[in-house]
Amino acid sequence: MVPIIIFGLASLVTLGAALAVVTNKNILHSAFYLVLAFVGVASIYVLLEAPFIAVVQVMIYIGAIAILIVFAIMLTRRILSEDLIQRNSQWILSALGAVGLFVILGWIMYSVKWPVVQQAVPEDTITILGQELLSTYIVPFEIASVLLLAALVGSIIISRERE
Amino acid sequence: MADLINLIEIWIKNLLLGWGASEGLTEFTLQALGSVLVIIICFVIVIALIWVERKLAGRIQDRFGPNRAGPYGIFQSFADIIKIFTKEYITPTGAEKGLFNIAPVLAMASVLAIWAVFPLAINVVGADVHVGVLYIIAVGAFGILAILMAGWSSNNRYALLGASRSVAMLISYEIPMVVALLVPVLLSHSMKLSVIVEAQQPWFIFVAPLAALIFVISSMAEIGKAPFDLLEAESELVAGYHTEYSGMKFGMFYVAEFLHQFTVGALITIFFLGGWSGPFAVQWPILGVIYFYAKSFIVYVVISWIRLSLPRIRIDDMLNLNWRFLIPVSFINLVAVAIADRVMMEFELARWIYVLVMFGTNMVILLAALTLADKNSKAVEREEFSPRPVAVPPGSEIK
Amino acid sequence: MLNYWVYIGIFLVVALVVPLIAVLLPALISPKKSNPRKEEVYECGIETKGNIRIQFKSQYYIYALIFLVFDIEIIFLFPWAVSLGKLPLFAVIEGVLFIAILFAGLIYAMRKGVMTWS
Repeated sequence: MVPIIIFGLASLVTLGAALAVVTNKNILHSAFYLVLAFVGVASIYVLLEAPFIAVVQVMIYIGAIAILIVFAIMLTRRILSEDLIQRNSQWILSALGAVGLFVILGWIMYSVKWPVVQQAVPEDTITILGQELLSTYIVPFEIASVLLLAALVGSIIISRERE
Repeated sequence: MADLINLIEIWIKNLLLGWGASEGLTEFTLQALGSVLVIIICFVIVIALIWVERKLAGRIQDRFGPNRAGPYGIFQSFADIIKIFTKEYITPTGAEKGLFNIAPVLAMASVLAIWAVFPLAINVVGADVHVGVLYIIAVGAFGILAILMAGWSSNNRYALLGASRSVAMLISYEIPMVVALLVPVLLSHSMKLSVIVEAQQPWFIFVAPLAALIFVISSMAEIGKAPFDLLEAESELVAGYHTEYSGMKFGMFYVAEFLHQFTVGALITIFFLGGWSGPFAVQWPILGVIYFYAKSFIVYVVISWIRLSLPRIRIDDMLNLNWRFLIPVSFINLVAVAIADRVMMEFELARWIYVLVMFGTNMVILLAALTLADKNSKAVEREEFSPRPVAVPPGSEIK
Repeated sequence: MLNYWVYIGIFLVVALVVPLIAVLLPALISPKKSNPRKEEVYECGIETKGNIRIQFKSQYYIYALIFLVFDIEIIFLFPWAVSLGKLPLFAVIEGVLFIAILFAGLIYAMRKGVMTWS
């Protein structure tokens, strides 16, 4: 019973914050509402007994990406001084597209029979994760490193071109 | 019978169950009581620490420090509390009220939240989750966010500049801090704080002194006080991100800073100084709690000593120190420790040989890094000034 | 396992409520005598002119970008560090390779002078 109440609260916070991100006029406030949405998602991960993902969610999305977004907003001169118009001429089309995507996703989630593991979640998931990551999934693990290197080099090149 | 803490816990549990409370409610009440207790202890410690710090600062800088309120000025903190509680809140014009008021609460909460996972004794482990180390890092993110909020919402250029500077510094120094934390995780093969504490035979400061050193330096930067206090360099930025705050809202930032330093002391205690371990700590867990707080306090004093002795570092020097020295060294140290640890595991050596080899490896890396840094650093060019009189007699001005 | 997270949840709520009370309490007892001069933004006595929200150096953004990359790298290293004892000796080399690839990126960034504050 209690997990269901907490789940309800967490999803309410997530959805409410996400709605506020889209509708808020001040783009910096949107960024902080996004943080609240991330917190909600993290608490849902905890409920799913995936604490590692939950902590990573907070560490990466709030600790790094949210700060990156705020810095990006502060860097952009024009974006804050004016009241931004939140719609352009294509808003009906994009709204329809969003609704369509939602319907498709909902239909997939409803129709697919998701496999459910019967046994309890193991105590120490991180050791298992590490073992799998370095034996079965070793190639993706190393490719992740190369991908991160590409991101690093790319960000340096882009930022140097600006000067 | 020596297990005082469990005894009290069982007593409260029976009391509540006797009153007809359900099992779940009892558990909930106990956990709530535990968290309130830990947080109140934090506040009490901070009140004491503010006095200790000011007295220490006074002695180190050849002053008296507080000496008016009570013997040795020990009531100074209480006087300050009464003063700060009756101070008027001033919100600057054009401030964004919501963010402006949330920021100090969030700053305090992000430091307090770290205490949820600390093992205080062998049986008082708090929330002993498997992701303990990552939890500590993750919760710290909210502190950075609070600084951004405060700086932004104050509607003050200095506050905004101070906030962006300090965030750049905090995120930069988080990398070597976390990489240094990977070393105790690697040595104890767990992110559970209680396991890390119990794995320390001997303390990790002897097994991984370089990681401890890097952790101390980078977490001193994370505290944001001298010598890394350029986010509030008075001559440049007034008071940094909390320029516009007054009364208890400022007090929250102030208290959070002190508590953060004590928390860093506790973290160093847990990761490198054996946490609650000490003579008879296993038999009498209450001793473990005392050891834990005492060790944290000693580390706190040592950190204070370091930062009271050093002048402020310039922002470019500080960021260069991080990116060009601390981060490379911390990664090399991690690699060396990983290889040494895993290879020696194959041979099943005696513990003292293991510790000796580890210590030697660390020292070799440290010496090599320092020599290399010394060779590559350009000599700082200082302009030579010839001494001249401050007051110049008329008719003899320097042309 | 979830029990610990209940404790963390309660702890977080208490950790938020206690500072909140500490901030709200003075609002009841402290004086409220405000005037426009008092509420002025503090700039060492000079009146504030122009837009407060100044644009600042792009270097801050670059630091945040590089920090993000390293943060993700570290996340991958934690499971590696935890499970190292249960893995074959070769796993150390795999982890070292992972670090080495990103270390090349760090050296590249240093060579390009991105890390040097100007």
